[in-house]
Amino acid sequence: MVKSQQTLNQRLLRYGLYAILGVAALVYLMPLWVMLLTSLKDVEEIRSGTLFSLPGSLNFDAWAKAWSGACTGSTCEGIAPFFGNSFKIVIPAVAISTLIGALNGYVLSMWRFRGSELLFGAMLVGCFIPFQVILLPMARMLAMLGLANTVTGLVAVHITYGIAFTTLFFRNFYVGLPKELIAAARLDGAGFFFIFRRIVLPLSTPIIVVCVIWQFTQIWNDFLFGVVFSGGDTQPVTVALNNLVNTSFGGKEYNVDMAAALMAALPTLVVYVLAGKYFVRGLTAGAVKG
Amino acid sequence: MNEQSVPLPASGAARPAARALPDRLADWLPKIVLAPTVVITLVAVYGYMIWTALLSLTNSRILPVWKFIGTEQYTKLFANERWDVAVGNLVLFGGLFILTCLVIGVLMAILLDQKIRAEGALRTIYLYPMAISFIVTGTAWKWLLNPGLGLEKTIREWGFESFSFDWLVNPDMVIYCLVIAAVWQSSGFVMAMFLAGLRGVDQDMVKAAQLDGASMPKIYRRIILPSLKPVFFSAFVILSHIAIKSFDLVMALTGGGPGYASDLPATFMYQHAFTRGQMGLGAASAIVMLGGVLAILVPYLYSELRGKKHG
Amino acid sequence: MKTLKTCLSGLALSVACATASAGEVEVLHWWTSGGEAAAINVLKQEMEAAGHTWKDFAVAGGGGESAMTVLKSRAISGNPPSAAQIKGLDIQEWGELGFLSPLDEVAAAGQWDSLLPQVVSDVMKYDGHYVAVPVNVHRVNWLWANPEAFKKANVEVPTSWEQMIEIGPKLKEAGYVPLAHGGQAWQDATVFEDIALAQGPDFYRKAFVEHDEATLKGDTMIKVFNTFRKVRDLIDADASGRDWNVATSMVINGQAAMQLMGDWAKGEFTAAGKTAGTDYICAPAPGTEGMFTFNIDSLAMFQQSDDSRIEAQQDLARLVMEPKFQETFNLNKGSIPARQGMDRTPFDSCAHASMDAFTASAESGSLVPSMAHGMSTSSRVQGAIYDVVTNFFNTSDMSAEDAVDKLARAVNASL
Repeated sequence: MVKSQQTLNQRLLRYGLYAILGVAALVYLMPLWVMLLTSLKDVEEIRSGTLFSLPGSLNFDAWAKAWSGACTGSTCEGIAPFFGNSFKIVIPAVAISTLIGALNGYVLSMWRFRGSELLFGAMLVGCFIPFQVILLPMARMLAMLGLANTVTGLVAVHITYGIAFTTLFFRNFYVGLPKELIAAARLDGAGFFFIFRRIVLPLSTPIIVVCVIWQFTQIWNDFLFGVVFSGGDTQPVTVALNNLVNTSFGGKEYNVDMAAALMAALPTLVVYVLAGKYFVRGLTAGAVKG
Repeated sequence: MNEQSVPLPASGAARPAARALPDRLADWLPKIVLAPTVVITLVAVYGYMIWTALLSLTNSRILPVWKFIGTEQYTKLFANERWDVAVGNLVLFGGLFILTCLVIGVLMAILLDQKIRAEGALRTIYLYPMAISFIVTGTAWKWLLNPGLGLEKTIREWGFESFSFDWLVNPDMVIYCLVIAAVWQSSGFVMAMFLAGLRGVDQDMVKAAQLDGASMPKIYRRIILPSLKPVFFSAFVILSHIAIKSFDLVMALTGGGPGYASDLPATFMYQHAFTRGQMGLGAASAIVMLGGVLAILVPYLYSELRGKKHG
Repeated sequence: MKTLKTCLSGLALSVACATASAGEVEVLHWWTSGGEAAAINVLKQEMEAAGHTWKDFAVAGGGGESAMTVLKSRAISGNPPSAAQIKGLDIQEWGELGFLSPLDEVAAAGQWDSLLPQVVSDVMKYDGHYVAVPVNVHRVNWLWANPEAFKKANVEVPTSWEQMIEIGPKLKEAGYVPLAHGGQAWQDATVFEDIALAQGPDFYRKAFVEHDEATLKGDTMIKVFNTFRKVRDLIDADASGRDWNVATSMVINGQAAMQLMGDWAKGEFTAAGKTAGTDYICAPAPGTEGMFTFNIDSLAMFQQSDDSRIEAQQDLARLVMEPKFQETFNLNKGSIPARQGMDRTPFDSCAHASMDAFTASAESGSLVPSMAHGMSTSSRVQGAIYDVVTNFFNTSDMSAEDAVDKLARAVNASL
């Protein structure tokens, strides 16, 4: 294609393309935009205006209140204290489930044995079990292990139902790595963990990124496990958000609700914005090769 | 990784004699590494499934009580009109959701793959909904879709008096509202998967086709899309898992209403088991749901894993 | 050993271990909003004044759906909270499973039998023993009205369902939504129950307490459904999924003329700075003058293994029945105290009307348990009724005759 020959038609096509993508972007941004606008209005503006009307002035009171002043029951500390709880749950759960997934994927792709494919298939079923089903037997099990209503217990639950996904990601990635790499190392007498640490793991960065993003999002956004398996004082931020949004003191303060919701979503949003590039790269590198 | 994770204890002196032991250990190592996961899966997936299956044969009410009554709960379940609605909704919702996400995902990926300026920003915008749960965006969606507050009101105020968009409060249409919100959340992710797939397509083949004078649509249809088949499969698995587990979505947007017009099996099961004191019935619905899922999933997984060996 | 463990696990170490009798109570509830939160705070302070530790376990939202899920998993893992907000026939179910702890000593010492009306104490007892403490009595069959709307439309506050349906168009003409409503199953059922009660308490009891099949299928029930359908016309199109307090604020703001809701709605009026009698009117739901649908909130006590926790739990039960808590809680919540013989002066005119109706209806036999709020029947049957009622209300193609058939079948299947 020579540039000077680019016809009017092609240029029009190009404009159309940008228009479509731009409109789509607006549609995708709409809910976030509504939330952001609402969080910056005061209660009176919310009542009198429409969803898309701009706030009269930039007003961050609702954000301040949602962060540290909004009340649930007798405590008025906003959602700030719960961020720490969420991180205490998310970080170990993501790290451990990713590590286990990597090891499992490594075995299931490079150290296959009779029946390993069947095991993998059986493991995948775990992705499809609705979480509401397992609440009670899991509560029983955690109690038997002495982990009921502890952070450790909650982390264990997240790991349990995360490894099916992490295993899937890593296995599919490792299947795409050249077999010769590993075969040669094995001939040289390198052991199982040596190959993993020195050869496989250094190649795994893209899929680790995908896996961490996925797990971080899933676990950070979880409400059901958080409310059921955490103790009263170790609740994650989603539970605090739920409490805050469902609490009102004479009239709903939608601006505070929205500000709290946006704050609760901020860590995952940041992860997506910062790591989004690597996410597609990671997927390109093999996660989608089936 | 740290050094402790290398467990081979073979110490110098007895090396030749003990040679067999590390070897045998090495044989077992992959299995040992996999063992914890297998145990966890056996207990926390299959064990709990059996537990639930047993529970569905009891007349448990607010909590499990192991008094078996046979298959009565299943009889009740199949006679329950609300369950019919929920299952019908899942078929409709799941089908439309998966299809729309795939179509939008492919189209957007193709459009975004045309060496677009600001691709990174656009990609992030399409992808971000996946980062947020409906616990966060539920209220905003409820407002947008509510005729008295959201889109309908806004567009009417712009001067289009006859514009009507009242699906959220219309029992016949409410399920499509769920599809819209669900597609909004997941289509960007599907787009990212396809975009990744497109980037992996063999460019030489495309170039060769271009030299042969094939038109772009034809190249997409004949060469590029067929090579994305594995992506379709992965996307299908992830989307069907999202569809089956859709719960927050319904709770946040409609609470199952109007009436119970937007009920899904997951919400049906949760409500009966936990808020209505019909744990036996809830368990039965869970088992039927799981059975349905496995009936679709197992053949798929089987064919996929089978195919791998040859490919 | 056990005490040591509690001390270590308790948050406020110093307080928990200061005296031998001091213990921890963990209270699972969803009283997080407005006045009820303030009220529960009073209880917390009193418990702390008595030297105990209060561990608040609040799970807000959805009429306690999430809270119940949490409670069940806590119960099955063997560490239920000391007390949980459970009410109505669910108390019996938990009692049957052996989870609840008897409060006979506290009850005897506090003479609960003489302080509580029989209808209330019956709900609190399992197998003859007190296992729960009532915090209030709600009257469900209230009509909340904005007097301005009625003045503008030049109509009277309705006292029968015929009137109610008749004035609808006039209120609409005057620019009001006649009836503020939220399209959620329990709200639909609340309206439905009001209409059913207007057919007389005997009919109501036969249908919703005894589940008599002939009554459920009978002509009167058909009539109830037909009226119910007509009431739908009084509601705006966007009601689906709306929360009850949003509907109440429609009445407060002058968007809507009326709402049919229990007396917890009064808390919203109070919080908005409105005065009963002048800014808003509380009247019995149409056709239910002198009748009373009750809804009692209560704290059920779960068995604890630790001595200090048991002691704290018994103290909690005692304090809930004290006049001070009963007064503060009910002033805030809009309900009336479950404890009888209390000073009436702090309460407003709506609460006085409610107290009078409670006493009078108990004598005349028109005091009935609320179906919509889990007082008259188990959550299973209640759920079955909800399904039929809300489905009928939201689909236009179901006839009342079909509806009663479905109702009878659904109730039978869930018994």
